[in-house]
Amino acid sequence: MLEQYNPGEFYDEMFDEPGAVRSHYRSVADRLTSVSHDEYEKKQAAVEQAFMRRGVTFTVYSDDQGTERIFPFDCVPRIIPADEWSQIEKGLIQRLTALNLFLHDIYHEQKILRERVIPPQYVMSAKHFRREFMHFEVPKNIYVHVCGSDLIRDRDGRYLVLEDNLRCPSGASYMLENRAALRRAFPDLFRAAGVRPVEGYAGQLLKNLQHVSPDSTGGQPNVVLLTPGVYNSAYFEHAFLARQMGIPIVEGRDLVVRDYRVYMRTTAGLVPVDVIYRRIDDDFLDPSVFRSDSLLGVPGLVNACRAGNVTLANSIGTGVADDKVIYAWVPKIIRYYLGEEPILANVETYLASEASDRTYILENLEKLVVKSANEAGGYGMLMGPWASRAEIEAFREQIMANPRNFIAQPPISLSRHPTWVSEVSDFEGRHIDLRPYILYGDKVTVTPGGLTRVALRRGSLVVNSSQGGGSKDTWVLGERAA
Amino acid sequence: MESREKMAMHRQTNVMLSRVAASLYWMSRYLERAENLARLLDVNLQLSVDFDRQDAESLQEHWLPVLRSTGSEEAFLKVYPAADSVTVPEYLTFAAGDGCSIRSCVAAARENARQVRDQISFDMWEVLNDMWLFLKDASDESIRGANAPGFYERVKRFSHLFQGLTDSTFSRNEGYEFIEFGKYLERADKTSRLLDIKYHILLPTVNDVGGAVDTLQWQAVLRSASALESYRRFYVQEIVPWKVAEFLLMSDSFPRSVRYCVERCDYFMHRIADIPASDYRTAGERRFGRFVQNLRFASIDEVMGAGLHEHLAMVQGELEAVGSHVYDAFMYHPPVDMAAEIRLHQQEQQQQIRLHQQQQQQQ
Repeated sequence: MLEQYNPGEFYDEMFDEPGAVRSHYRSVADRLTSVSHDEYEKKQAAVEQAFMRRGVTFTVYSDDQGTERIFPFDCVPRIIPADEWSQIEKGLIQRLTALNLFLHDIYHEQKILRERVIPPQYVMSAKHFRREFMHFEVPKNIYVHVCGSDLIRDRDGRYLVLEDNLRCPSGASYMLENRAALRRAFPDLFRAAGVRPVEGYAGQLLKNLQHVSPDSTGGQPNVVLLTPGVYNSAYFEHAFLARQMGIPIVEGRDLVVRDYRVYMRTTAGLVPVDVIYRRIDDDFLDPSVFRSDSLLGVPGLVNACRAGNVTLANSIGTGVADDKVIYAWVPKIIRYYLGEEPILANVETYLASEASDRTYILENLEKLVVKSANEAGGYGMLMGPWASRAEIEAFREQIMANPRNFIAQPPISLSRHPTWVSEVSDFEGRHIDLRPYILYGDKVTVTPGGLTRVALRRGSLVVNSSQGGGSKDTWVLGERAA
Repeated sequence: MESREKMAMHRQTNVMLSRVAASLYWMSRYLERAENLARLLDVNLQLSVDFDRQDAESLQEHWLPVLRSTGSEEAFLKVYPAADSVTVPEYLTFAAGDGCSIRSCVAAARENARQVRDQISFDMWEVLNDMWLFLKDASDESIRGANAPGFYERVKRFSHLFQGLTDSTFSRNEGYEFIEFGKYLERADKTSRLLDIKYHILLPTVNDVGGAVDTLQWQAVLRSASALESYRRFYVQEIVPWKVAEFLLMSDSFPRSVRYCVERCDYFMHRIADIPASDYRTAGERRFGRFVQNLRFASIDEVMGAGLHEHLAMVQGELEAVGSHVYDAFMYHPPVDMAAEIRLHQQEQQQQIRLHQQQQQQQ
């Protein structure tokens, strides 16, 4: 089926050049070639129906009702050979180790600021820097227990870090459900392919959460997952992970704080809670400290946390390190704390608040991608080469008014991957990225796999689910495979 | 703090959030209600086909009591001008609103299941979700004419499949007790309401009592409770009204009789409260205990003498009371007073800060 496929002038994950399949894709390409278009279309439809039936959905609130949608899934797996993965893995471990040291430093001695490695105003002005947590101790000095960093590949196939997600990264459940879906659709694809399992994710996460429990629990900590509730678009994931870990999923209203301790309200009365894997942002966590209009949070939670009676994962105030302005300094952060060269490079980044960078940005807006420092999900972005005159001018004004809030990067023409396009009943190249999941416990581990997101619209570089993105199963091959 | 909230200072994994218990309970009740509605509509549609007279008045006489038994008469008449074999099934199958139709019951059951997806087995969730997708896509056409029996059969099958999976894939923990309590409570209520329909039906003339039409209608009541075969095995004779009432009210072995369902509620209430089977400690428990005894020892003659309708109304009242009692005692937590909580914890913060400052001064 892939005979007609045109890899185009991008880095193509499967094809070296037209007709030449990269060796680690050989067996998958052979299998796909043996499937007829009709048969493939049927399998694709069956997979989508299975997602609907299993309720693997997210909720879109474009109207009052809230429609449940599936996250579109493409059956062709994205494959990463062992040697490439080993570099990615080392790079991610290095990066998270450094970022975690950075967080500890800026909430304690602030050496990196005093030595002017990073201009202090960038940290002090970061939206998610929590001044009130200065000198606050977190168990085992771990701030970021779960990290999802977004990687892309440039025209030469080089992996680059696009951004880090250090607050409440989502999507791990799709990594697991995608694997299950592909196993159902193409069970024979896996035979002898040497794909490393991703299924250890939930077990590792639970182990890590237990690892950071307060000392007073006698080795039997009660771990819970805190969700904003069933109306949150990621609720499926929350319920999924809680079930995989076998821990209660709680909402703010299920918890109460008394004498600096957190309890859950059960049929047998109040039961203490020791570790909270929270999927609520800092702002909504505790209305007695942060936003007082938050109905999702638990009054007193921060006090309990400060008293050392409960551990939050991720900790409070980690967002300062995934601010897009701080991102630009991560290579320096790695060198400063670890004395090593970064294994994974950043995308070249210009800071609007640095005078020379700002001049360059303003002179080249039509060539650059401009991003707000604290937006996610593909919002608050200017894609210069594709933007209208008016959009460019609007951003120019915003940048000049508030330079701290903007960065700019050259557009990276993300790598492409053969992807099934129903309208034409054939495979076409679509741009992809990769979100691996990094867990920090007694050591830092990276689950061999991740969420490969794919921009399903032709030519689009935006992979976010809210803007027409889909996903693929991501295979990391073992040493012996291929 | 709420006096009922005792501090359970243990760390154990077998704890159940009150909210989760409530969701399991409602999930189970709504699904049982949907199944009962399907059976009610199926049987009454079949019955109405056999009528000699198909005029508006006869149909109204047939369908209004059905509506009344579901408590939907008033809401129905706001939407439809008359009750007949099209409008009532349409309403009781598809109407939006809290638990008034099969579709809204299944939506509510699924929404409750979604709240506790981490608790129920994957298979249970999948069946409930399938059931919802089936009903979501159904239209008025799906229950027209010859389509109706197949449609209601599917609804019943989904419900049976779910209950079977609950039996075979759900651990016998506290959650199971709430599921079963909810199921039997709902079922007892619905069986009592089925019997009440007969009370409402006004027969054309006195001569029809005990005649062919009457028999047909009593049979329909039994079929609505899936009880016709069991009844025949039990009495092995013709169907007479008081025997039917006796069977559906008092059988200690038929799993849809009021007595049987109430005995199960009694059992699961004791499990939930974690007290021995013979104990009735709180006022709510004692009230229910008296009701259970009443059902055990009442004879059908007494019930008929005092009035079947009055008896059924008493049954429904007692069921509602025990439902509220268990709900209030084990599932409901008054919402947190956010403003008071915020004040309390802000005061604590101030104290901490003062303490911290004092310590620094001493150093």
